[in-house]
Parts: sequence; C-alpha cells; structure tokens
Amino acid sequence: MGPSLRGDDEIVRSGGYPLACRNISSLAKAVPTGQKTPERANKKSPAENELSIKGKAYIAGIFEHPTRHAPDKSTAQLHAEVAKGALEDAGLAKSDIDGYFCAGDAPGGVMAMADYLGLKVRHFDSTDTGGCSYIVHLGHAAEAIAAGKCSIALITLAGKPRTGPMPPRPSGAEADFEAAYGATTHNVYGMCAMRHMHEFGTTSEQLAWIKVAASHHAQHNPHAMLPEVVTVEDVLNSPMIADPLHRMDCCVVTDGGGALIVTTEAVARSLNKPKVRMIGHGEALKGPRGSKDLDLTYSAGVWSGPKAFEEAGVTPKDIKYASIYDSFTITVLMQLEDLGFCKKGEGGKFVADGNLISGVGKLPFNTDGGGLCSNHPVNRGGMTKIIEAVRQLRGEAHPKVQVKNCDLAIAHGTGGLLGIRHAASTCILERV
Amino acid sequence: MDSPVKYPTPKGNPETTKFWEATVEGKLLIKRCTACGEAHYFPRSLCPFCFSDRTVWEQSSGEGEIYSFSLMRKSASGPYAIGYVTLKEGPSLLTNFVDCDMEKLKIGQKVKVVFKTTDGAPLPFFTPV
Repeated sequence: MGPSLRGDDEIVRSGGYPLACRNISSLAKAVPTGQKTPERANKKSPAENELSIKGKAYIAGIFEHPTRHAPDKSTAQLHAEVAKGALEDAGLAKSDIDGYFCAGDAPGGVMAMADYLGLKVRHFDSTDTGGCSYIVHLGHAAEAIAAGKCSIALITLAGKPRTGPMPPRPSGAEADFEAAYGATTHNVYGMCAMRHMHEFGTTSEQLAWIKVAASHHAQHNPHAMLPEVVTVEDVLNSPMIADPLHRMDCCVVTDGGGALIVTTEAVARSLNKPKVRMIGHGEALKGPRGSKDLDLTYSAGVWSGPKAFEEAGVTPKDIKYASIYDSFTITVLMQLEDLGFCKKGEGGKFVADGNLISGVGKLPFNTDGGGLCSNHPVNRGGMTKIIEAVRQLRGEAHPKVQVKNCDLAIAHGTGGLLGIRHAASTCILERV
Repeated sequence: MDSPVKYPTPKGNPETTKFWEATVEGKLLIKRCTACGEAHYFPRSLCPFCFSDRTVWEQSSGEGEIYSFSLMRKSASGPYAIGYVTLKEGPSLLTNFVDCDMEKLKIGQKVKVVFKTTDGAPLPFFTPV
C-alpha cells in the first residue's frame, strides 16, 4: 500500500478501505457555492464575505464511542477508535486526512497523537479550552478549510476519568492567589448559580427542570449512563454537593470519546451522507481580568453567540434544535440567556415546565441525554454536543426525540471554569 | 491562626515578592495603576486595564463583602466555603470563608481578611465581621 499522494491530479489511496473519494485535492479546490436554502436565501449577513467560514465547511463524519467505562483500553487507543468510527461514518480513509485537531486530553499532544494515529497532515491545531475545545476546533477547522490549509480534518476527543486520575488543570500566573481555595467545577459553578439566584430569583426547581428534560431524552438512548426519567423532586432530594447545586444538577463522569470529520463542500457532496455544514462560528474568553466589576451571571457566550448568529445570518428564534453544554444545570440556563434564547435573568422561567423536552417544549435540547444523563467523556462535553446536533440535522436522532424538519441547529459550550476563567464557542449548523 | 487544613505554600516570583512579604506582616496588598487610577487583583506589574507600567502597591483595608459563595459539602479536608469577596477598594478576589458557621453565609455579608499559615508566606482568607 502506497502513501497518500496529494498532487493536483493524483488519486488519494485508501489502504484497507474502499476508495471513497478520488481526486481529493482537486475536489478540495472547487469553490464552495454557499447555496442557501430557499427560506433564508434573502437574508444577507454582514459577515458573509470571502473571509467568512459560512457554508464552506461540512461535517461529513461523526462518531461517539459507545463505551462509558473503558478500563481495558488505553486513552490513545480510544482516540484511534473514535477516529476510525468517524472515518467509517463519512466513508473516508485515514490517508485522506490532511488536518488534525486535538486538545489536552490527547496523550502527549498533537505531535505524539498524530504519530500514534499514523497521520500525515498539513494543518493542525491543539487549542485547549477545556470542554469546549472541540467546538473551537470545529470553528478553526472551518477556517482552515475556507483558507485551503486542509481539506479533510479530523477532530478527536477521548479519555478515561472513571478509570484513573485526570492530569491536574494547568495553572497560570494566578496560581499562588487561587490554588489554596479549592476551586472545583462543582463549587465554581455553584458560585455562579448562587449569584444568579441572588440577582434574578432563579430557583433550584427551575434548574432541576433542565435535568428532568435531559432524563426524558436519555431514556431513549441505549448507551446513556443514566437512562432513568427523573422528576424535579428527585433532583431537589438528591444530596447537596456544592450549594446550591445538588448531585443531580451535575453531569456524569464517563470514559469514552468522540470524533468528527470536517471537509469541503466538494468532498461532502461526493459522499453518501446527508449534508450538514457550518454557517457561523464565534469564540470568546472571559476571566476576572483584574477583578474589576466581577460578574458571574454571564459567560463568554454573550460574545461567541452573537458572532456566530451574525455570521450565519440567523437568530435564536430560527434554531430548531440546541446542543448546549450541560456540565451542570446552571451552565445550560446561563448559556440559553447568553445566546439570546431568552432575556438575561429569565432563564429559569424559560427552562421550566418541560420547555427543553423534544416534542413537548419550544426548544428541544441535548436529545441524546447530554452530559447530565448520557455521556461526558473526559469531563469535556463539547464533542458530544456537536455529534447530537449533526444527528438531528441528518434525521438520525432517536425517533422519539428527533425534531421534525430539523434544518438549523446550534452547538455551544463553555470550557474551563465558568466562575473563574473560561472559553465559549458557538457553532451554527445547517442541513443543506 | 493555625489551621488543621494544610494549605499550599505560595511559590512567589519577582513580580509578587512584595505581596508575600506583606502577608507575613498581616497586610493584604493590592496594586493600583497611577496612570488610569484603577486597582486590580491579583497583582501585575503592568495594569491589566490600561497596560501602563505605573502600578504601585497599596495596602487594602482587608474589608469587603461577599459577592458569591458555595459551600463544598465534602472534601478530603472536610467541608469548606469558597467565594468571592469584593474589597472596599474595588477589586474582587477568590477566597475561602473561615472561622465561621458556613451554613449562615450570605451574599452581601461584611467580611474581613484573616491570614492562615503555610510552610512559607501566610495566605489571605476572609471571615464574617
């Protein structure tokens, strides 16, 4: 089997796999037409110009590892398994990959990981912003594809927090001034919830509705770690972990992973899959920044969201399905406000009474059961957010939770510590 | 005051030496920029707002109020209360609330700095007034 050749008219070999896609490099040069679906054809975005990623990158392959506990596998092996799964889903071969994206969960970083996987790439990115890294990577992959830096990008996430200890969170100049105080995800998100309740009267009952909605979806997912439907009372009666967050306000801890294949319009059109493309992306960072005017009631989503919507030329009202990172119930509530699905402070009312349950409420969210009930591989929930959004857009979600005519979805997440310093990334995805 | 909890020793660096020298004397220092007038925490040599290098050390009153908090119910060293204090001088800082009934903490509550020992320089904590 020969190496992958990437000259203008050469055939990309796909050792061991059916030849899925010929003349990849010439296909990659085809200019995406950025055709609009008719109902949005007359909406012009100010960001819609040749530098925009709008319509230029397609998610051609997705894979979520079915495991939730993997003591018998190595972390690198899990990365390889999810990569293989996403390639098979796309109908592409490993030798087709010319861009690779991974984050802090990849053992040894991008150099070691690309070597382990046997990749030969011309573009790579190892931005690590915690759980939203993969939503950042999706945006960066779209940028790279739009700029011609690569044509078939692989993004992987995998790890085993249930099996062994996780590496410590890297610290910066703040370490001496913060490390002693025992900030964990639970109590830092707890501080956000406490302040949100103080300023807006948000209640534990309202937060519980987010978990209830996730559990209604998880019951249909055979791989969900927590498939039982729960009630608001169940959440309120679960033990207090970090006030005001109860155990059921917290996501699961799982081994596992996921992967994506992102590619050009031309390659995507040559593949036998429903076409899902990126039409907007935004990313942002927020920290105390000298601790003037500290405000824990909003996240960097207030910046990443509007950028993504502006580029896409759509509004929150247009979104049919929302994947929102649910490390904790409060994470979802704050993000829904920050993204503009409701006004700041009204998230509690918005999520109550089943409004996030598919087929019941106005905004179906995390229809796989999300991190709260199904999967939160490596304590990093961004990857599974994208995967379920793509399933919805393809019409491949479980029939009990599939949103009808789902042609526009959002995948959004935060990473790091919401109440200290964190990143946010927002992707708007469209079925073509 | 000695604490049953073993806190990590601040490592310090040339930029923060004065801060840790002051905690030995029971003083909490913040930085203020003489160019834009704003105070910040944790201390930087260049102002994080206007990027001037004209920052000076200033002793904080050590008084402030609770901006938010969360009571961690279980940990290897027992329950603890993490939170942010907004100092009278303006900046907020991450801390723990100690020497108090943690169940009675409230947002807006007045607190003052206390120092806890480490193997090196003491660390600032806060307790209700």
